[in-house]
Amino acid sequence: MLVYTLHIFNRSGTCMYYREWSRPVPNSDLKSNNKLMFGFLFSLKQLVAKISPRKGGGFYACSTNVFKLNYFETPSGHRFILCTDLSAGDMREPLRHIYSHIFVECLVKNPLWRPNEEITNANFVQSIEKYITSL
Amino acid sequence: MAHLRKTGDAVFSKVEKVNSELFSLTYGAIVTQLLKDYEEVDATNEQLEKMGYNIGIRLVDEFLAKAQISSCQNFSETAEVIAKVGFKMFLGVTAEVTNSNASEFSLQLTDNPLAEFVELPEQYSQLSYSNMLCGVLRGALEMVQMRVECTLTKDALWGDDVTELRVVLKELMDEEYKDDDE
Repeated sequence: MLVYTLHIFNRSGTCMYYREWSRPVPNSDLKSNNKLMFGFLFSLKQLVAKISPRKGGGFYACSTNVFKLNYFETPSGHRFILCTDLSAGDMREPLRHIYSHIFVECLVKNPLWRPNEEITNANFVQSIEKYITSL
Repeated sequence: MAHLRKTGDAVFSKVEKVNSELFSLTYGAIVTQLLKDYEEVDATNEQLEKMGYNIGIRLVDEFLAKAQISSCQNFSETAEVIAKVGFKMFLGVTAEVTNSNASEFSLQLTDNPLAEFVELPEQYSQLSYSNMLCGVLRGALEMVQMRVECTLTKDALWGDDVTELRVVLKELMDEEYKDDDE
């Protein structure tokens, strides 16, 4: 499996973290692309809730013929988005792992980290790096 | 609610522990220092609540990560989850939910680990010693889109049989997306 990119957004749509591993087509305008991404996810979530025949649940992945977007949202409003190639299986567990073992341990428990700020914490960056390459 | 109790025990076994006396004494040291700094009881109560709020907005993530519970269907379920899983996970005790309805509930603690060795001197009889808990609940619930007001309504230190926190739901916050282009 090939991992392309990882985004972490907060509830208000600020991109707190972005990392590229492989992206043959360069991301030309990061800021507006992030905004498009968040807007898309936000609308998709609402759409899914509206058309769903039963209460509860939400989408967790969608794909094109080129890549797959894996989505994980916490009740506290953090959104983790991992773009991979099409061979990726269900990525909810890995994304949950990133949240509960890396995000919480390196950031939430770190008094120097300010919520909703861009993430620069070295420990976090390294742990992400290590975990993604192990996938 | 037996399954919540089980979840609470399971999560409690997973989290790191700290000696409870050290914990009680550290909390006591914070409260006494605040009393010294703010010199009056009302300001200290307020400050304890504020500190709790700042703890709560972070603590909720650890809670969600470790407890792995799905979202609550109604406010009464939220009450039970806080009482049986949240309190167990962070304080090692469970609370009883009473007077619960769609928009408010009370949490009763028979055993309050914060106030283990405490007696309130006369001049501080109005002190909400455990007010930090109110702040924690307010902060944590705000992060999951519930704006609440939380007050300490009974306290064993005031001579009541139990310590009681009253939580009132003010607003379920909607998610909205503001586009700053427009």
